[in-house]
Amino acid sequence: MTFRYSTAGLSVAFALTASVAMAQSTGLTVGMQLEPPHLDPTSAAAGAIDSVLYSNVFEGLTRFGPDGSINPGLATSWDISEDGKVYTFHLAEGVTFHDGTTMDAEDVVFSLDRARAEDSVNAQKALFAGIESVEATDPLTVTVTLKTADGNFPFNMAWGDAVIVAPESIENIKTTPIGTGAFKFDNWVQGDSIHLVKNADYWGEPAILEEATFKFISDPTAAFAAMMAEDLDVFVAFPAPENLPQFDADPRFKVLIGSTEGETILAINNKLPPFDNVKVREAIAHAVNRQEIIDGAMFGYGTPIGTHFAPHHPDYVDLTEMSGYDPEKSKALLAEAGVTTPLKVKMTLPPPSYARRGGEIVAAELRAVGIEPEIENVEWAQWLEGTFKGKDYGLTIISHTEPLDINIYARPDYYFQYDNPEFQTLMTDLSAESDPAKRSEMFKQAQETIAKDYVNAYLFQLPLHTVAKVGVEGLWENAPTQATDLTAVSWSQ
Amino acid sequence: MLLYILKRLISLVVSLAVASVVIFLSIEILPGDPAAFMLGVNAQEDTLAALRDQLGLNGSLWERYLSWVGGMLSGDFGMSYTYRTPVAGMIADRMWISLPLAIYALTLSTLIAFPAGIWAASRRGSAVDVGVMGVTQLGVAIPNFWFAMLMVVVFAINLRWFSAGGFPGWDKGFWVSMKALTLPAIALALPQASILARVMRSALLDTLSEDFVRTARAKGLSKRQALWRHALRNALIPVLTIIGLQFSFLLAGGIIIENVFYLPGLGRLIFQSISARDLIVVESVVMLLVFAVVLVNFAVEVAYAVVDPRLRRR
Repeated sequence: MTFRYSTAGLSVAFALTASVAMAQSTGLTVGMQLEPPHLDPTSAAAGAIDSVLYSNVFEGLTRFGPDGSINPGLATSWDISEDGKVYTFHLAEGVTFHDGTTMDAEDVVFSLDRARAEDSVNAQKALFAGIESVEATDPLTVTVTLKTADGNFPFNMAWGDAVIVAPESIENIKTTPIGTGAFKFDNWVQGDSIHLVKNADYWGEPAILEEATFKFISDPTAAFAAMMAEDLDVFVAFPAPENLPQFDADPRFKVLIGSTEGETILAINNKLPPFDNVKVREAIAHAVNRQEIIDGAMFGYGTPIGTHFAPHHPDYVDLTEMSGYDPEKSKALLAEAGVTTPLKVKMTLPPPSYARRGGEIVAAELRAVGIEPEIENVEWAQWLEGTFKGKDYGLTIISHTEPLDINIYARPDYYFQYDNPEFQTLMTDLSAESDPAKRSEMFKQAQETIAKDYVNAYLFQLPLHTVAKVGVEGLWENAPTQATDLTAVSWSQ
Repeated sequence: MLLYILKRLISLVVSLAVASVVIFLSIEILPGDPAAFMLGVNAQEDTLAALRDQLGLNGSLWERYLSWVGGMLSGDFGMSYTYRTPVAGMIADRMWISLPLAIYALTLSTLIAFPAGIWAASRRGSAVDVGVMGVTQLGVAIPNFWFAMLMVVVFAINLRWFSAGGFPGWDKGFWVSMKALTLPAIALALPQASILARVMRSALLDTLSEDFVRTARAKGLSKRQALWRHALRNALIPVLTIIGLQFSFLLAGGIIIENVFYLPGLGRLIFQSISARDLIVVESVVMLLVFAVVLVNFAVEVAYAVVDPRLRRR
């Protein structure tokens, strides 16, 4: 009897402390799979750096909104000259870096000059290639002169690779990042977690959370356990889609299904015979059953795409019909192209499950029409070396996660080796155009051109699964860029 | 005794030198350019060249080997390609998790195995013996990562006694940290304890049938007295060998358990560094582990000499 009493008392005490803890929740623990290699977003391609720091710690002249729109950042407004070559950015007033130094036009000049310098190690140096000069007109005005008109420039400046850094703190940026954002970097336990605290002196709308911890858990099973044990409040890009129904059914959690900028494609080596023949490439496109791949490799999550463009973008054209599943047509096209079947081809698959699982399904579908892929599972480093740089492959599966990156088709030496001068001219014209209506028209034309040329087989847009406790509000559902923007996140009461 | 130790020391140094060459070569021939890995698919050729130059990847194989070994001898393990911090510091940080975890697991394993093995041997053929043999058979057969996940489900998800993984850091308190290491230590210790208990039992049974034990019994000692005073000490050599091997294994072999419990230890550091082509970290950590293994073996050999006076004269 006494035993019963005491346990009842205990559980009441537990309930009390739990509700008190809930009411005072001002921190958030976020899980993610990959740990940043270092903390400088301007000198690495690793998306994990942006996932932790973008908008939270570092800000650029412009910034991505949750829907992918380009919003004012450190530049509250900007003017474009008549000829589209000169951008005048007006900076926000009273902005300080986390070390107390002021952020002014000189810092912007420093950041942009550093990114485009001869010895720059910026992973997206192309974003800055069009800059002719950067000048500080006065402490709050920066004039950027471009070599040619570029309507994309505000978009380029929103990337994590273009955030504004200070010359005073650049030396230790890789371990102690000093930015202007609503959160300050506090400490990093390598291999485990990164801790951020609220920036009390933030120049804009302050963060609601007092602190945030990012924990890095690479193993999907461990991620599941950590979420279930409530060690974490949120897991961004949850790695095991097969567990999502379980979270969905659990009243403690909610699942957000969003979209990313990741076009997942079956890339084709356009210079490798017989794939230099458009008919053979078309045959591959018709042999692939997108829904089967989405169901089999992604547990039903993912939007089919027919071209290299994000379906949530306003300029997206649905071209999936052009490469609908039709194995008979596929066989006919191969015969027409004079290909002797079975056609053996090397297919490299990098580690992500969309590639490994998807690759098996694609291979089975291709075999049905007489193409025999020889699967080679590779690590990332091997993929970059052999497939991407060495172009030693026939087919590969990969997700292109950079936003609005259709311009890679204008690079003839890019790994799929698509060389169409017409398309290249179109991209040059597009970047010089700043009229939104015309740009939209050109984007659509570009999508159609690559779909018509069957450059690659377009599979699906990579989804973003976020698992969170029910009380967490204000998370981004989509990922227009790799970021976990916590500036508007709060706990509901 | 001194000569014996000197001989062991020489073999230690030779092992290390050979290991350094093998490690360096096998890692250098791995395909993959660290610079390309860091900068990704949109990087331009001149950017890659600039980074390779910064990382010191342009020297010849021979030059890089010498600078690596020379650096290590003077305590400078170089800079990590990806983290851009000194490798020595990273290893030291990770060591503060892997080493206590290994010691914790080994202690648990010994505390379980010794009594179990001795008990089983002293009642050979009894229900106790059969029971210990059965349970340890199971312990050897169960993969430790599976057992780890099972414990997470029971103790972290259902009972909420422990968190599912992670490590708070020693600065958050000794007991908090020990608690975080408890499930991983048990997962690591279980198969080790099973093996050790079986070795303990069979070694003890072997010595119990030796002549000197019979002599001891003949001079009037009870079975128990003969076991504790004479047999046990002589049974320790194979047990020590196994403990030495197990310690090296626990230090280096925590990779899977460290991933299951997402502990930032040495195993996970190696795993991450290999996939990120952070070659300098891989080389240094592997070298350090080799050093640890060789050192542990050395300690075990010295311990043999302490246990078995005959060895000292060799």
